[in-house]
Amino acid sequence: MHHGNQLKKFLLFALIPLSIFTVVLLYPFIQGMYLTFTNWNGFTHDKYVGLANYTKSLRDPAFWVTLRFTFKYVVVSVITINAVAFGLALLVTSKLKSSNIFRTFLFIPNLIGGVILGVIWQFIFNTALVSLSHKLGWSLFSSSWLGDTNTAFWALIIVTTWQASGYMMIIYVTGLISIEQDVIEAARVDGASAARTLWSIKMPLMAQAFTISIFLTLRGGFMAYDVNLALTGGGPYRTTELIAMHIFQDAFAFGNFGTGQSKAVLLFFLVAAAALVQVTISKRAEVQQ
Amino acid sequence: MRERLNIAKKSIFLGGLVVSIAYVLPFVLVFINAFKPKMEILMNPLALPKALDIDNFKQALQKMDFYRSLTNSVIITVTSVSGLIIFSSMLAYYLARNKNRFTKTTFLILVASMIIPFQALMIPFISIFAQFVAINNRAALIFFYQGFGIALSVFLYHGFISKIPMELDEAASIDGAGDMTIFWKIIFPMLRPVTATVAIVNALWIWNDFLLPRLVLTRETQTLPLSTYLFYGQYTSEYGQAMAGLLLAVIPIIAFYLVLQKQFISGISQGAVK
Repeated sequence: MHHGNQLKKFLLFALIPLSIFTVVLLYPFIQGMYLTFTNWNGFTHDKYVGLANYTKSLRDPAFWVTLRFTFKYVVVSVITINAVAFGLALLVTSKLKSSNIFRTFLFIPNLIGGVILGVIWQFIFNTALVSLSHKLGWSLFSSSWLGDTNTAFWALIIVTTWQASGYMMIIYVTGLISIEQDVIEAARVDGASAARTLWSIKMPLMAQAFTISIFLTLRGGFMAYDVNLALTGGGPYRTTELIAMHIFQDAFAFGNFGTGQSKAVLLFFLVAAAALVQVTISKRAEVQQ
Repeated sequence: MRERLNIAKKSIFLGGLVVSIAYVLPFVLVFINAFKPKMEILMNPLALPKALDIDNFKQALQKMDFYRSLTNSVIITVTSVSGLIIFSSMLAYYLARNKNRFTKTTFLILVASMIIPFQALMIPFISIFAQFVAINNRAALIFFYQGFGIALSVFLYHGFISKIPMELDEAASIDGAGDMTIFWKIIFPMLRPVTATVAIVNALWIWNDFLLPRLVLTRETQTLPLSTYLFYGQYTSEYGQAMAGLLLAVIPIIAFYLVLQKQFISGISQGAVK
């Protein structure tokens, strides 16, 4: 009787969602791992090739260019997004009448998808800023930032930071307002300066917000595709391709399904390792506080 | 002291004002240039339009098939989000109320699956589901979103349901209510704050998603981000029309946000603390 009841509950509540999850996510994921060990060409495969796809991927110089570029992008964007977002969180939690309006505005870039934001900024970098600097005699923007690998990198960072900081700001705001006022009051009575209170009281008490936000930005950085596609399209000469775009190009533009898929599996391990290391370090920092 | 506080307050206000303007300036730029002919944009992209020319909009509306794309986006987002709310709340309820080795493992797999990048599935995905997509690509896409969105949604619901006392279910059960009645009549209405979070987080993702629709949808079923991107690519040199197209693409979601901004912000922040 009890067992029958259990089974009925499983069928009613869990069977459909779990089946969909398995079919859509687990099965392609495992199938994708398996295919990297075969001579798969996108449609069929008839023999095992061992690690050949992986060695071929790792010997591809373009893959290393992409990896270096992606690492640089992840490190810089995690720092800029979180620094800006934390600053914005302090701004909108300061007791100003207008802070709610500021918050509303600062969140807006987050509502729009990366592709549309990317093309808006493409217009800004390629057309608006160039025409303005010719008019005003600036040299900084006289040629488009998207035409050069180095400036295109910073263009990517600017757009990513502008897009993601509003969301992370909300996470930091949630952390900041969860701190009990008594603690802050006590620090103030003891004569702690505002900066000191922020550094030694507020930041440790909201360590969890940092853990979450850094995790989300780290993951977002490794998986970024939309802004990359719409802003630089990987150009000039495939020098600004982040790993997600590199995989897409390898598989769908050049038809290298074997290496494309192995690079995707490597990306998975990279994200998993980075997330594990980051969460472990952050959790340790949280406990120590 | 009071004087100093005032100055501090004023400089914070000024800082906030400058940053807020910087955050919306790109949209303002799109807005003012959407009403200008091409030459006027090139002359000075920052200037206000000399005359309100709506020809750009007429062109963009037609060329990017705006109404059809908007309808597709609405259908896909609303159906997917409703499905996710139903499926993930039910699964989360089951997992939270029946604690055993199976449910604990399932929950762990769901949580762990959140770090799988879409790129790791994308390539086999296309060949596995080619036939399904060929039959009805919109239905296929909605189905895929259930699979991709369920982990995070279950995670959000699970935390909340675990805090609702079991006695509630037991009391209703003694009164003779069946499992479905207990869930839909008693538990689900209590989940409203999380349901709001789940709805907002998923709606933003699905509304703006690009890569999966690009791989699955066709011209007839394309969503707003797809048609905007294609339109922009084709008419890049027609700056005015391109700007009008971008403006049309961002207006629906920004309008929606301004109406429901309290729910948006609290939805996001409740999702964040989990």
